[in-house]
Amino acid sequence: MCLGVPGLVVEVDDLSAVVDFWGVRRRVRLDLVDEPVATGDYVLNHVGFAIRRIPPEDVKLTLEMYEQLLKEADRNDLMAADVRGEIGGSAKPEGRR
Amino acid sequence: MANLLEFRDPIRARALADALARATGDVGREVSLMHVCGSHEQAIAKFGLRSAFPRRLNVIMGPGCPVCITDQPEIDEAVVLAQQGARIATYGDMVRVPGTAGSLADAQARGATIDTVYSIAQAIDLARETTDEVVFFATGFETTAVATAAVILAGVPKNFSILSAHKYIPPVMEIVAEMPDTRVEGFLAAGHAATITGWGIFEPFVARHQLPVVVAGFEPLDILAALLKLVELVRDRAPAVVNMFPRCVTREGNRNAQRQLWQVFRPIGGRWRGIAHIPNGNLRLRDEWAAVDARRRFTIDLASLWRHAPSTLARQCICGNIMAGIASPADCPLFGGACVPDSPVGACMVSSEGTCRIWHQYGGVPNLGDVTCPI
Ligand code: SF4
Repeated sequence: MCLGVPGLVVEVDDLSAVVDFWGVRRRVRLDLVDEPVATGDYVLNHVGFAIRRIPPEDVKLTLEMYEQLLKEADRNDLMAADVRGEIGGSAKPEGRR
Repeated sequence: MANLLEFRDPIRARALADALARATGDVGREVSLMHVCGSHEQAIAKFGLRSAFPRRLNVIMGPGCPVCITDQPEIDEAVVLAQQGARIATYGDMVRVPGTAGSLADAQARGATIDTVYSIAQAIDLARETTDEVVFFATGFETTAVATAAVILAGVPKNFSILSAHKYIPPVMEIVAEMPDTRVEGFLAAGHAATITGWGIFEPFVARHQLPVVVAGFEPLDILAALLKLVELVRDRAPAVVNMFPRCVTREGNRNAQRQLWQVFRPIGGRWRGIAHIPNGNLRLRDEWAAVDARRRFTIDLASLWRHAPSTLARQCICGNIMAGIASPADCPLFGGACVPDSPVGACMVSSEGTCRIWHQYGGVPNLGDVTCPI
């Protein structure tokens, strides 16, 4: 529950955003981030809330870390399962890309 | 994927492990360090890091599993509310954690309605779709408490309330540091909790206890590098806060989230399951939010549950000692036998962040040789 997961902001309306997590789109609330978030930004999300806008220079490395984690993990991997949980359940699904 | 080598490079891992061995050797005695994050334990177990640690370095998982430190009476409150007819929504693992006389899953088997959600936002959606009273059993540390706070500040449906079992990490570090038989000489702080609180929050702690704190990420090399830093600080008797996760963590942290957290919650003392009474360790709703506080909205009659004694098996559970850093799952006679993930006796075997569950999943103290260097 404390890992969080990065995603790409594809749509912003006031206090929430549609965020794309490797093809899965979720509505994520923006109440908690401490700087404005715009389409094209990456945010770190936790339990359906963006908790940080990822600085552009850190995006690539952050995504790669998570991709590696998800790629090499088998079904029983606890870390990957927590990350998938975050992706799977951030909020109501907004459909697939 | 070239950059990933920065985190997984076996040559750097070896170099870090060697440096860690040298630094620990320089100290000239056993060194015990504690981390307070389930994800750190997951990474340490998954990548077999323990077998790369020098023999005299002891890395203990402290009370970093939010599910595990939720106290039985808090679970009892949720169970009683469910039995009284409220619909309980909560994060997944909570459902199976035994309270004094059973879990929410047991209540569900007896006809109560329990909903598992990934986000409190889903619980709000549930409340909008029903006229039933929906109570969100809010558990977890500051990282989830800020989400609860944001939801309350944004306004909730009339039939929605919060049963807060949120916990706040910094005070428990104080307790561990003050335990008379503690061997802990430094703390590894969790990167993502510090994203919210900022690393500056550890400065008063370091000043008071003269123990170093290093904020760390979750990749194998992140953890090795952070442990090396900690041992060096112990060796040099130079207590300080060092941020080794600057990509995510700043000194101030997320001020907006902190403001919302303290607008909604106040810290009070309370028990952490199996550990101790932690002054200021529990987060309760402030008086302004009484209307959405399930404890004030409903009469919760716990006495009805407490006629049942905990089972004999449960009394043998040593989760508390494990989280206090004075025992490991290997010391529990039930580990892997009477207590397994499918039929957990204690909370530490339920949660994906619990030490017993993690050790069970990855085989206790697995061998580094097989797993650390896949590249
Ligand atoms: S193995 Fe089970 S009974 Fe033993 S300490 Fe862990 S959770 Fe408790």
